[in-house]
Amino acid sequence: MAKKEIDVRFKKFGVVSFTATTKVNDFIDYLEKGKVAGTVCKKCGKKFFPPRADCYKCLSSDMDWFVVDGTGSLMTYSTLKYAPVGFENELPYTIALVDFGEYKVFGRISKEIPEDEIKIGMQLKPQVVTLPNGQLLYEFIKA
Amino acid sequence: MEKKVAIIGVGQSAFVRGYPGSIKELAFEAFRDALQDAGITVDEISASVVCSAPEYDKQRSPAGVLAEYLGLVPKPTFYLESLCSSSSMGLRIAYSLIESGLHDVVAVIGFQKMSEITSAESQERMGRGADIQWESPFGTMMPAYYAMYAQAYMEKYGLTLEDLALVRVKSSTYGQINEKAVYRKPVTLEMFSDPESPISSPVASPLRVGDCCANADGSSCVIVANKEKAKALCKKPVWILGLGAASESVNLSGRELFTGLSVAINAGEQAYKMAGITPKDIDVAEVHDCFTIAEVMAYENLGFCKPGEAKELIRSKETYKEGSIPVNVDGGLLSKGHPIGATGGSQIRTIVLQLRGEAGPMQVKDPEIGLVHNIGGVGLYGNVTILGRD
Ligand SMILES: [Zn+2]
Repeated sequence: MAKKEIDVRFKKFGVVSFTATTKVNDFIDYLEKGKVAGTVCKKCGKKFFPPRADCYKCLSSDMDWFVVDGTGSLMTYSTLKYAPVGFENELPYTIALVDFGEYKVFGRISKEIPEDEIKIGMQLKPQVVTLPNGQLLYEFIKA
Repeated sequence: MEKKVAIIGVGQSAFVRGYPGSIKELAFEAFRDALQDAGITVDEISASVVCSAPEYDKQRSPAGVLAEYLGLVPKPTFYLESLCSSSSMGLRIAYSLIESGLHDVVAVIGFQKMSEITSAESQERMGRGADIQWESPFGTMMPAYYAMYAQAYMEKYGLTLEDLALVRVKSSTYGQINEKAVYRKPVTLEMFSDPESPISSPVASPLRVGDCCANADGSSCVIVANKEKAKALCKKPVWILGLGAASESVNLSGRELFTGLSVAINAGEQAYKMAGITPKDIDVAEVHDCFTIAEVMAYENLGFCKPGEAKELIRSKETYKEGSIPVNVDGGLLSKGHPIGATGGSQIRTIVLQLRGEAGPMQVKDPEIGLVHNIGGVGLYGNVTILGRD
């Protein structure tokens, strides 16, 4: 009998990955197709980003995926000059929170946008990037 | 508010970089200080709550180890964690242990030996300070999150970098006269604009080194008693009048407010309601200034001024010792230092000493009611405690 394999797709997410197993591993499949996705509860319709396997409102675990599309508005950001272990070579980089109305998305702002052009309220959209080491990430670019 | 639970003794170690001893010896310093302050022996204590942030501990389950060293066995002891607000949460639990009648005198012992781990290990843990599944993979760290609040706040309310610097200038004024503070040097506005000064060095925009608190090793201890014990044992009991506590989504994507901390607003409202007072009644306060922006937001979240008006308070020096609402006149986390698990207990100690009129060169004129605002993580946990004198 073949040994049951553990699904560790999630370890592909991020510059450094801190966790490999989750029930929302399909997030990685969406990233591989160039899409950032959240989950929506089939029972009550609540949208979740980041995606979740379980709805705390109606206790259902029956979820659909939705793709983050359209543009969002930059709520706030910060450009780091110091970094935790594993991120030193990325400096400086900008983390950000973007409001898409029904949900908000936390991520990074692309280095294509110069730091002095970053303004709260600017319109952004996510773009999936594959890092040189094969890891997957998403960044915000100008909409 | 009926006076039911009192603080009868407070203690803290000096906050230092690289404490040259074990966590047991570190905790003993605060414990002895508190017992001597209360004028009691260890036999009076019927239970202990031990508070720290476990990511800095090498020792697994420190409560039992510390309790043995402090002479607290066989009385019950347990460990409590809510990041930087651990020992304020410890006080909340001590209150309920006493109010329930389970215990009559409880010691809340907070400690942190941040130097227990190497700076490389510390750097690695910094990366795991948020939701490790959805935010840490982007390279987040604590100063950057508070920086995001600063960015949003400055954009909305016109707060300037100089206003932030003024908060640090104030804290350093008192850090210099607090013999238990880790950072005893002055900080000036000029240092923030001098590119040669380490104070001006950028950390995470808009925050600079001078906007960030000083890491430290340290311990604190608060001894809490029921009414009967307080009357029998203590000449100057300080009463717990109000307690508030709240939590918030760890992921920023689950939050609504970025110009203040919802946990502080929620915990503050609870504490004021329990105490039956309003923000105007507060004579002296300790707020969780892990970063300068955190103190600015605290003024508003606690109702010392309206949203957007904190800059007036700091510019007019109203939060200095002589002002209308003195805040962090012991140097705060910024200058006194921030040994995570010990911080809340140290803030409580400062207010207790103030209410007893024993704060020495930091003494505010004749305060009757004081407040402690202690936040865990980036507004993940919040505790507000209101204390009053006899
Ligand atoms: Zn649902």
